[in-house]
Amino acid sequence: MLSVERLEAGYGESVILRDVSIRVEPGQVVCLMGRNGVGKSTLVKSIMGLLKTKRGSVSFKGDDLARRAPGQRARRGIGYVPQGREIFAQLTVRENLRIGLEASRDRKRRQAKEIPAEALAKFPALKEMYERRGGDLSGGQQQQLAFARALAAEPELLLLDEPTEGIQPSIVQDIEDVIRSIRDEGRTSILLVEQSLEFVRSVGDRFYIMEKGAIVWEGVREELDDPMVMRYLTV
Amino acid sequence: MWLTQLFNGLSVSSILLLIALGLSITFGLMKIINMAHGEFIMIGSYAAYVTQNVFKSALPKSAFDAYFPVAIVVSFAVAFAIGYLLEATLIRFLYGRPLDSLLATWGVGLVLQQVARSIFGAPNVAVTSPSWLDGGMRIMDGVVFPYKRLFIIGLVLVCLLAMYLYIYRSGPGRRMRAVMQNREMAACLGISTRRVDGMTFAIGSGIAGIAGCALSLIGAIGPTIGTNYIVDAFMVVVLGGVGKLVGTVAGALGIGMFNTLFEWWSTASLGKVFVFVLIVAFLQWRTMGLFAVKTRSLD
Repeated sequence: MLSVERLEAGYGESVILRDVSIRVEPGQVVCLMGRNGVGKSTLVKSIMGLLKTKRGSVSFKGDDLARRAPGQRARRGIGYVPQGREIFAQLTVRENLRIGLEASRDRKRRQAKEIPAEALAKFPALKEMYERRGGDLSGGQQQQLAFARALAAEPELLLLDEPTEGIQPSIVQDIEDVIRSIRDEGRTSILLVEQSLEFVRSVGDRFYIMEKGAIVWEGVREELDDPMVMRYLTV
Repeated sequence: MWLTQLFNGLSVSSILLLIALGLSITFGLMKIINMAHGEFIMIGSYAAYVTQNVFKSALPKSAFDAYFPVAIVVSFAVAFAIGYLLEATLIRFLYGRPLDSLLATWGVGLVLQQVARSIFGAPNVAVTSPSWLDGGMRIMDGVVFPYKRLFIIGLVLVCLLAMYLYIYRSGPGRRMRAVMQNREMAACLGISTRRVDGMTFAIGSGIAGIAGCALSLIGAIGPTIGTNYIVDAFMVVVLGGVGKLVGTVAGALGIGMFNTLFEWWSTASLGKVFVFVLIVAFLQWRTMGLFAVKTRSLD
């Protein structure tokens, strides 16, 4: 479904990612791990198209994305929940969600006046905050909104960049449950950047570990044993 | 008479507002300092002039009075189209570079002025107002509100309402606000930022065109008509705070009113000095303008 081949990318002249290859198959939850500053977010941004690909390729459903702007990638079915949530602070919750519908491939859905009910099914709390401005929500609520906004367009691949970072524990649990339910429904693949080892072990199908801008290990759940964790992940 | 002065202040404010609206949204959305904005006023004025001439020569005399509503639409359309073209060919390469954009658009302004000189000649031309705008409303002895100015105020209110509905109640407006707040994220959610930028710049230019059409009612039209207003319009944008409709309205009212009142109390040039001194003093106190977006909510 998503295939990154020998990708080289970075900011301006500096190269952050070298020779990175990863794959995400339909319905899979693929976890991207590594210590801070190894290039996980950079990789996610390159997949979304926010950073220019210097070498290598990113393809989605057999379609080369190299020359596609972020908006076109979104409309092809890639949803993105960035680190730090990035909701539109001056827009209401409803408006944030309607912006989320923009990337929908279904024309009717894109022009819908009301947010489709099933888009909110996973986040019933949002409905009560419809007219509040995004910036007035708490961090956890903003994260739920960012999730709902990305899911509104029914993406086939969801990029989640540290979705539980800096959020109150009760909502972390909610968000983990949502990720599990997306996985169980099997319609959306997930590329998950996450620090919580316990959680990724319970939800991930496939794992990549990065170090210094390169993939240094890949494998399945059973192979992610304690020596691996000691070597690449503990600080 | 103070009532007359208040009315004149309101009239000046309304035209300033129309001009500043476009500046405010292009600066807010794209960080472009558009020095050519005044030339879109000029384009709108000449569009009204051409429309008038077409009506004069091609249609019976009885139809002449109907030219002005048509001229408003034509002014908007022509300025909109030229704005769209300018954005697509030049402005889009200058995003996020305010200083470069200032120089480049200033150059564009000079070119447009020269084009106008070549087509219409250097001397000013006049537009004959439709007869239904002649005269005025008599409020009391010695106080008459000219219909032309009343009409302009009404026209500005209609434009303002249309802008409000567009920005805050329509799909394209919602996309525009999203791009204004967080360009990268808006793009990641499937919004074509290119299309939003193009439309916004064109609409801002179109409104300046309407302002030019309105100005043709109250004075002669020349190639440099826009330069008379551009500085004041920038003051409105800075005073009001960037990218907020309500700020632009307040800024225009403030500058238009004070300008008129100070000119009444002193002389024209001294009045302008007072206004600028006030603005500078005010901006020392509130650097972000009257209605600044609170920084925390921008994070």
